[in-house]
Amino acid sequence: MSVPLTLLGLLEREPSHGYDLKREYDTFFGRGKPLPFGQVYATLSRLARDGSVVAAEAEPGAGPDRKRYVITEQGVSEIETWLTEPVAAEPHLQTVLFVKVVLALMSGRPAERYLDTQRAEHMRRMRELTELRRGGSLVDALLADHGLFHLEADLRWIDLTTARLDALAREVGR
Amino acid sequence: MNPAPSTAGGDQARGLLEAREVSVLFGQTPALRAATMSVASGEILAVMGPSGSGKSTLLHCLAGILTPNSGEVHFAGRRIDTMSEGERSALRRDQFGFVFQFGQLVPELSAEENVALPLLLAGVRRAEALERARSWFDRLDLDGLQGRRCGELSGGQAQRIALARGLVGRPSVLFADEPTGSLDSLAGEQVMELLVASARDHQTTVVLVTHDPRVAAYADHEIIVRDGAVAFTARTPA
Repeated sequence: MSVPLTLLGLLEREPSHGYDLKREYDTFFGRGKPLPFGQVYATLSRLARDGSVVAAEAEPGAGPDRKRYVITEQGVSEIETWLTEPVAAEPHLQTVLFVKVVLALMSGRPAERYLDTQRAEHMRRMRELTELRRGGSLVDALLADHGLFHLEADLRWIDLTTARLDALAREVGR
Repeated sequence: MNPAPSTAGGDQARGLLEAREVSVLFGQTPALRAATMSVASGEILAVMGPSGSGKSTLLHCLAGILTPNSGEVHFAGRRIDTMSEGERSALRRDQFGFVFQFGQLVPELSAEENVALPLLLAGVRRAEALERARSWFDRLDLDGLQGRRCGELSGGQAQRIALARGLVGRPSVLFADEPTGSLDSLAGEQVMELLVASARDHQTTVVLVTHDPRVAAYADHEIIVRDGAVAFTARTPA
């Protein structure tokens, strides 16, 4: 799961402070594992150093850091590339894929197309494993089966999410 | 029995079987909306999609069972949606084979008579039809079941009989609609192994409707039908 890209995705919606970014991250993606403040600010510094965001002047007021961060064109392009690329088909990708789907919906991007691309990547891997199990020994077949069942579980999630995109868009939209 | 249709040059590039902007209405309800797809000669294509998305309707249009309200269906360079019912019936008999979810074997006939049925309907002499039918029992691991009635067969056996019946006429295209839908994993796997091996041996083109990704993974590529339209086509790079 990529924290820098997720923060960039959140920043794309509107410029934001580190504190608000952390709160939004925890709400949507933390799920019992909140992002430490230190990591938020370190990540934002790196993003600024690399030219993906710029930090506005610190605002007067209380709080540890009153800088507002704004995404740059380069940052938008990085998000665009990341969202478009399918994740390598392997078990336990749901969190990354989930983040991609939610961010796509938040920014009005075609989440259904990303899910279809991911689906095609999964099917491609399933064809490879099916070919392996057809030509191989029982041991190969059973190992391939293990992968196939995991991929099938992901695909069920992808199908269900595709069918529920409208409802999810309403839930994460503002 | 069936000379394979010409698939030289153009047909291969255009697709052996094609739906162009095919729409179907059931009453006021659209079942297909301008669905466009093609399958090349010798390919195994999986048609996937949620229940009620229109994938079986698409199969019925491609197989000349259903006439679309608009759009065109082409097979081997011939437009089939404008053919007379008689012509389409002959095409189905001579060029197409079918396997459905629940075998749909004729209960009054023995297993070998069920397999021979397409040949008998095409006018092949009974002795020859039965002999050709029997040659499939060994290939599909059905030896000894030739004389059984449907009620005496397991689900997997009945489905392999249905597969033999679909392939016995050496069709150009085999249409399979959820062919493993009523079977457990192991029996379904055996049916798919045999279906794919037989199709490859005879260069049979297969249109495979399934909601099951493990079944679809036996195909060369897949299309997804959603709300009556072909939503996504994933071609395996050559």
